[in-house]
Amino acid sequence: MTEHMNNQPSTDHTQSALSIQQATLKNGEKVIWENVSFDVKPGEFIAILGPNGSGKTTLLKSILGLLELSSGTITVLGKPIDQVRNQIGFVPQQRGFDAGLPIRGRDLVEFGITGAQYGFRMAGSAVGQAVNATLKAVNAESYANKPIGQLSGGQQQRLRIAQALVNKPQLLLCDEPFLSLDLPSQQLITTEIAHRQKESGMATLFVTHDLTSSIIPIVDRVLYVVNGKWSIGTPEKLLTTAHLSELYGVPVEVLRLKKRIMIITNEDEKTTQIDTDEHEAAHAA
Amino acid sequence: MQLNFFLQQAFAQHALIAATLIAIACGLIGSFVITRGLAFAVHGTSELAFTGAAAGLLVANNPLAGALIGAVLVAIVIGVLGVKERERDATIGVILAFGLGMGVLLLSLYHGFATQATSILFGNIFGVSTTQLAILVVLSLVVSVTMLVLYRPLLFASIDPEAAAARGVPVWGLGIIFLIILALTVTSAAQVVGTILVLSLAITPAASALQLAANPRTVSVLSVLFALIAADGGVVASLASGTVKVSVFVAAISFIIYVLARSGRVLFAPVRKQS
Repeated sequence: MTEHMNNQPSTDHTQSALSIQQATLKNGEKVIWENVSFDVKPGEFIAILGPNGSGKTTLLKSILGLLELSSGTITVLGKPIDQVRNQIGFVPQQRGFDAGLPIRGRDLVEFGITGAQYGFRMAGSAVGQAVNATLKAVNAESYANKPIGQLSGGQQQRLRIAQALVNKPQLLLCDEPFLSLDLPSQQLITTEIAHRQKESGMATLFVTHDLTSSIIPIVDRVLYVVNGKWSIGTPEKLLTTAHLSELYGVPVEVLRLKKRIMIITNEDEKTTQIDTDEHEAAHAA
Repeated sequence: MQLNFFLQQAFAQHALIAATLIAIACGLIGSFVITRGLAFAVHGTSELAFTGAAAGLLVANNPLAGALIGAVLVAIVIGVLGVKERERDATIGVILAFGLGMGVLLLSLYHGFATQATSILFGNIFGVSTTQLAILVVLSLVVSVTMLVLYRPLLFASIDPEAAAARGVPVWGLGIIFLIILALTVTSAAQVVGTILVLSLAITPAASALQLAANPRTVSVLSVLFALIAADGGVVASLASGTVKVSVFVAAISFIIYVLARSGRVLFAPVRKQS
């Protein structure tokens, strides 16, 4: 399915933060997704939505070159991913760190700059400064010198996000990064992402199953993936009963209540709630 | 008196040089062994170095070469077959059981000096020949230089494999290289403490270091330091005692350091957060 919900003219590929052309991924005979084509401009924020198992994580892994496409091409910043790895940031799906690992919070962040460098040398002061600045941006300074295994899930997650941001990436890929973060932390990081989008033109792909109120204001477009099919467009255009019903292939209801959007699929009673206001903030406060 | 006399002899000096080199290699790999959950792989590789040694003894009268080939082969098999930790441990268990049985068979077919074989099991650092010493020097250098070069990407891959892969670190390849490095180290260490007590140099010093520090560089330095104290201290103590084997002292010193480090942490650390 190659239906484009947005009618943007195709941009110059060398200008794109990310360009996906006719990408298809199959696992044996099973099609994960097919003929995916879209471009992401510098500074753009794309939320990737869809039910569990719809291939959101595999899309990120394909962009990272960790999974080989069955057909099609993906370029990052106009080049194959291997040439621009130091210009991307990646927050993998959350997985806790074991207690007793020989590593502190700041070491995990430092990997974002020096982790792929061979040879034994002490990190220079520029690296230390970048690490400190990023720790400050995600409010992780107070526990940066503690062993990582002793930190809470939310604290570890902020360090992972700092690791992805520390090298000032041009493309940030996140896989459910807000899973264990409280609302103030989500807002802090959203602010940081928005700042970098403006400042350095960082583009963001943000996989989530829950559009929380904290990221709604900065979402430019939504990529919706379901049953091997996909669609991309602005939240207002895409998240409608007609479009999502066509995508799911069964009647889907999109209810726009005063302050939230609810997506109801009748076949399995699954509901995606999308909050579009601060009611959660009030809830958390 | 007796100790001073011994320390001037070539065999004792060889033993100290060998112990020092092996301790440095063991200290460097130790924290990675723990981080990657490879304690059982150390045990498995060292036990199978025994099988290799028995084969080497039988075929070419060269237990060290046999042990090296055996350990490296096993390391590669473990790396290729066992990707996940649980799966890997099961694979090691299977190979270990079969390999040890083969070792016993090979040894029963050997009709030369049985001490050659038992020295693989229990270590015989004072019997190290000049040729063996040269081999140990080369092995320890290879291990130490490789570890220093791979240090950062290997640490990244060990702690956070997904993020490391995204940054272009060859996670799988480094895993295999580390297992081979491990096999070389373990076989060398077996010369000092024997295959049975390799863990006392390959894991205990790093485990002690981890009680005291979280900075990865500090952990590595402390780990090497503790391994040196245990290995060289074990050689000296054995010379002084005259009769007790080196491996006994190495295991004992290593364990005492661990107990001290652990109690030190409990006594001096601020109240730790339970996570």
